[in-house]
Amino acid sequence: MTTRFDLTRTSLREVNQALHADGLDGEFVIERPFGAHSVAVGVNAPVKITVNGHVGYYAAGMNQRAEITIDGNAGTGVAENMMSGTVVVKGNASQSAGATGHGGLLVIEGDAAARCGISMKGIDIVVGGDIGHNSAFMAQAGRLVVRGDAGDGLGDSIYEARLYVRGSVASLGADCVAKEMRAEHLEELGGLLKSAGFEHDDPAAYTRYGSARQLYHFHARNTSAY
Amino acid sequence: MTFSDDDRARLGLRESATFDRTTIAAIQRAAETGVYDIRGWGAKRPLPHFDDLLFLGASMSRYPLEGYREKCGTDVVLGDRFAKYPLRLQTPVTVAGMSFGALSGPAKEALGRGASEVGTSTTTGDGGMTPEERGQSKHLVYQYLPSRYGMNPDDLRKADAIEVVLGQGAKPGGGGMLLGQKISERVAGMRTLPQGIDQRSASRHPDWTGPDDLTIKIAELREITDWEKPVYVKVGATRTYYDVKLACHAGADVVVVDGMQGGTAATQEVFIEHVGIPTLAAIPQAVQALQELGLHRKVQLVVSGGIRNGADVAKAMALGADAVAIGTAALIALGDNDPKYAADYEKLGSAAGFYDDFQDGKDPAGISTQDPELAARFDPVEGGRRLANFIRVLTMEAQTIARACGKAHLRHLEPEDLVAVSIEAAAMARVPLAGTSWIPGRHNGGGF
Repeated sequence: MTTRFDLTRTSLREVNQALHADGLDGEFVIERPFGAHSVAVGVNAPVKITVNGHVGYYAAGMNQRAEITIDGNAGTGVAENMMSGTVVVKGNASQSAGATGHGGLLVIEGDAAARCGISMKGIDIVVGGDIGHNSAFMAQAGRLVVRGDAGDGLGDSIYEARLYVRGSVASLGADCVAKEMRAEHLEELGGLLKSAGFEHDDPAAYTRYGSARQLYHFHARNTSAY
Repeated sequence: MTFSDDDRARLGLRESATFDRTTIAAIQRAAETGVYDIRGWGAKRPLPHFDDLLFLGASMSRYPLEGYREKCGTDVVLGDRFAKYPLRLQTPVTVAGMSFGALSGPAKEALGRGASEVGTSTTTGDGGMTPEERGQSKHLVYQYLPSRYGMNPDDLRKADAIEVVLGQGAKPGGGGMLLGQKISERVAGMRTLPQGIDQRSASRHPDWTGPDDLTIKIAELREITDWEKPVYVKVGATRTYYDVKLACHAGADVVVVDGMQGGTAATQEVFIEHVGIPTLAAIPQAVQALQELGLHRKVQLVVSGGIRNGADVAKAMALGADAVAIGTAALIALGDNDPKYAADYEKLGSAAGFYDDFQDGKDPAGISTQDPELAARFDPVEGGRRLANFIRVLTMEAQTIARACGKAHLRHLEPEDLVAVSIEAAAMARVPLAGTSWIPGRHNGGGF
């Protein structure tokens, strides 16, 4: 059964409350969001939600288990702190997409702005286009795949997240370095691309980036990097 | 042979006020190691503080309450501006945020036990919520920090309130720090970090910048939790007047203002001592901001940073706070810096009463450590009992003062009950210098 909400007729509070119901199942469509913030946040059920239109900040924030598709652009912090499930943005995403996410898969079919994957903690993010500056800043765990180019300061102060970029990188941040693409990485990347619907990409065309692990302990000689 | 102070005086040895022995030792340490000093605790420099204020007890013009007869209320409600379930506490003395990681699991458990016994709240920290802490805490405030370590919606829903942390008094503008010695397997797992690294927390939130964004962030947190939980905003005391106004505009139910005497588990010494303003200077700014918005007593003000006794509680509340939070004092109540560990402190190059190397994880009292053997020294049940006792004493002391001022509830205390004994304190607290009507900085000040 598909339940439809029109955000010009039903308040955001009522929509989110309905999506937090115990034992939630089925499919949901949210029409006419018109850039509303916090659409479909805190969902914790294996349901399918489609948002037809552009959304504001924090759409699908802290998602658990739900499969959420945004048929439009997304504002700041889409799928922030996601734990599990899938979030797909058919258009572009603003800053801090997937910030601090612990799990699940975020697919942005267009471009993502600055700080994509900032402080990511296990989430997988696949971006169809380019990403902005300071993406994967302090990225702790998870994978970030970029089919286009990356802006300045990629992976600054990165911990154990793995980054795969097909295009150019304007500059790498502190302690982030290019790394060898071994067989396990090609396989991992191939799987991520397939999950995101980009199975025809050649994983060998990507470069892997990760932590040089030189800033894991305080040393006086690293002053300029801190 | 080592000279005593008397010997030095007799010999005419004069210590420099600028380059005193502590300063000389700091220069020598820096030259030796090449790394800045990192330590715990809060600002240690002398600052205008609550000791510089006195209460005007009742006499002819005011009527006191009978000390052992008449009731003086202590309960407080925090977060009833927007939240469906505000916190209803029996005492305005709450326990400030301290992380599992900075503190041992048993120490966190003890904080929960002690706070719950006296009907007040305790607070998580930069590292997530532990089951032990949740289980032992009747009222648990869950901090939402820039690092978002361990942040998850399940724990968010289990919390009784959410505290969005913008900064803390010991290091406004700085992120958390936890050195490798304390990144145990469990701590690393909760924070999704490699074990044993020197962990640096972010100082800025990753998905919002500025007060307009904070408004949207708070609304998101409310949506996720169905508008049930009070949302606090915590700031380190700096531009407090503006910060409090912006926090209120952003939709905070409660604003927490932490002065520079507030503690930390690990921060650079230079940061602790030179960034931020004293608690005493911050409170009137916060109250002015709330009053101008018509939100004083509607958005509750919690003050922390150097609260040590019931007089401090009463003075903070007289200046306009609704509640206070204790951190360093709570750790001392648990057993931190206990003279019974004097020999252990000396082995670490410190002394009971001076120990502040919380970053090292070698705490003899088993509180600020992740070493299982040291942590096992600490009994969470006994620690909880001691903390409960301490909070009871603070509450009773504050009541004693309030009754003497003729107040039937702690929240009835007011600035009019206070005077200052120094010009600096009078100017900061905006109360008259004792024996005068002079409030420095007030245009109508002067005279007697």
